[in-house]
Amino acid sequence: MARPGSSITSISTTQGPTEMDDTPRTHPVKPWTFDDYTNSYIRRAAATGIYDIRGGGAKRRVPHFDDLLFLGASMSRYPLEGYREKCETSVTLGDRFAANPIELDIPITIAGMSFGALSGQAKEALGRGANAAGTSTTTGDGGMTPEERGHSNKLVYQYLPSRYGMNPDDLRKADAIEIVVGQGAKPGGGGMLLGQKISDRVAEMRTLPKGIDQRSACRHPDWTGPDDLEIKILELREITQWKVPIYIKVGGARPYYDVTLSVKAGADVVVLDGMQGGTAATQDVFIEHVGQPTLACIRPAVKALQDLDMHRKVQLVVSGGIRTGADVAKALALGADAVSIGTSALIALGDNDPALEAEYQALGTTAGAYDDWHEGRDPAGITTQDPELAARLDPVAAGRRLANYLKVMTLEAQTIARACGKSHVLNLEPEDLCALTIEAAAMAGVPLAGTEWVPGRM
Amino acid sequence: MQELDLAQMELRAMNAALQSQETGSNLRFEILNPRGAHAVAVGLDAPIEVTVRGSTGYYSAGMNQQATVRVDGSAGPGVAENMMSGKVVIEGDASQYAGATAHGGLLVIKGNASSRCGISMKGIDIVVHGNIGHMSAFMAQAGNLVVLGDAGDALGDSLYEAQIFVRGAVKSLGADCVEKEMRPEHLETLARLLAEAEADAKPEEFRRYGSARQLYNFDIDNAGAY
Repeated sequence: MARPGSSITSISTTQGPTEMDDTPRTHPVKPWTFDDYTNSYIRRAAATGIYDIRGGGAKRRVPHFDDLLFLGASMSRYPLEGYREKCETSVTLGDRFAANPIELDIPITIAGMSFGALSGQAKEALGRGANAAGTSTTTGDGGMTPEERGHSNKLVYQYLPSRYGMNPDDLRKADAIEIVVGQGAKPGGGGMLLGQKISDRVAEMRTLPKGIDQRSACRHPDWTGPDDLEIKILELREITQWKVPIYIKVGGARPYYDVTLSVKAGADVVVLDGMQGGTAATQDVFIEHVGQPTLACIRPAVKALQDLDMHRKVQLVVSGGIRTGADVAKALALGADAVSIGTSALIALGDNDPALEAEYQALGTTAGAYDDWHEGRDPAGITTQDPELAARLDPVAAGRRLANYLKVMTLEAQTIARACGKSHVLNLEPEDLCALTIEAAAMAGVPLAGTEWVPGRM
Repeated sequence: MQELDLAQMELRAMNAALQSQETGSNLRFEILNPRGAHAVAVGLDAPIEVTVRGSTGYYSAGMNQQATVRVDGSAGPGVAENMMSGKVVIEGDASQYAGATAHGGLLVIKGNASSRCGISMKGIDIVVHGNIGHMSAFMAQAGNLVVLGDAGDALGDSLYEAQIFVRGAVKSLGADCVEKEMRPEHLETLARLLAEAEADAKPEEFRRYGSARQLYNFDIDNAGAY
């Protein structure tokens, strides 16, 4: 009888490599933790030594308006006749202190995007589209251009930490002032415009040398908190003679407290931007890992207003991932007074159009994923300062597309509101909603579908 | 001389009286009993002369255009913030962020200025007869900051194209701010600004500081400087 050791030796020598290949094998598994994207991120970082900068908002999947459904009218609710009974959509923003509040025909505004980040043609198209739909547009980091003022019936002038191009003449030309404390893509971060897009005109407007990487400050230079901001707002109101509304824009960080302090500081309107809200350029790590989803921000913000007895007195504008009339209706039902769009407006103009696929491929990307807006090589001519590329966008046609899109969203929101028996889209309420997931139910404070359960409430 | 008494009238009425002056107006106004009020004489846009008899709170003479505003006392934070043109003179001291983000005009502080004097300045000239606090001229883009006394820590941090002239000691320079050669054109600029600011000093007594321009385009090897 052979010793155990020699027996093992004997087995290993009789089973050769050929026989091993016939053994059934498990399917190759890529680690969930180290997926293809993660590995490409590591390789890119190792090759370049610098973080990835891109435009847009959070691309990860987070609980969103898709996770909510409207209940609609039936036995206990009375719907409105779709084609015969009116469903109003007009909203007034900023009647708390301002002599001339903003009157909008639709509850959808165009968010702040700078000349610099966008071409002059794209800014003009936004103004044309907004005018045709009866709503407002917003300037961005870098000041107000005469073209922009000329093409926007209602223009909101952003007051940003950098104060590039800020001047009292433009301030007095504005229909409203938006003090930007933060934005959803990067709460706690400043703007960024890299050298490729600092053309002569952009450099002059920002009082900076041409071609440098422009990194705007993340904090305002002359106030440090809500007590100071209250005095800053007094100054802006005195300069503009208490005529125009003053908005405060915050990123979705601590919405209950941010909204409470904005009201305390004297805002007429609070603009709340969740993490799906876009930016022209910032670090990918900032976009994907700082801030809360839009859906998670709305109810705490509305509760802050209700606790102060200021809901509907200080208006709440919600942005970050608004795409459809259903999204609009859901945001309003949760308590917003209006919404704001940026990314979807750019797509309506022609951004990321599959018709340009060959050119996106040449840039190493694909239509729908193109986000290197800071490089200024946008084949759609929107996020660029290159005159040849910018000339590709026809501002009249693009403005028409934006107007169509805004009108479709409005019609959709009205359709839903009528089905819920509401004669004004602002009459939509949380009671009209249920949620498809426990997460969305908890965030939106509405019951999980088929139950009376609102997670987080007794 | 027209008197506007803040013990008798609201801030809004006082500012409205000053803001309603037309471009051709060269009237003189005196503001009485400011008692530290905020936003005094803001948004002016006419070559008028305004003297404030006492000290002011935040943002006096904010966004000034054309007017000459003299504060016969001290000024709170953000005096002459975002000024475009004209002249603002503080007889006493100025608090934080004096002349912040201002594009033009001349700000004269006869006493000391606190921290962040000239932060993000975009073309204004500032002359401080006394000392300035820390982080002054942070991210300053254009214009001249002249200091007859000493400067605090981190002077000119992340500076762009603004020029800084200091007669006294500089406690420390911020990232990318370096001492630079004083050339004849700088002495000329200094002489002009000192005269306009009624400052008793000689241009030759100052040293010039400016941007090393090493942080203008991001380089990972400079990450430690941020």
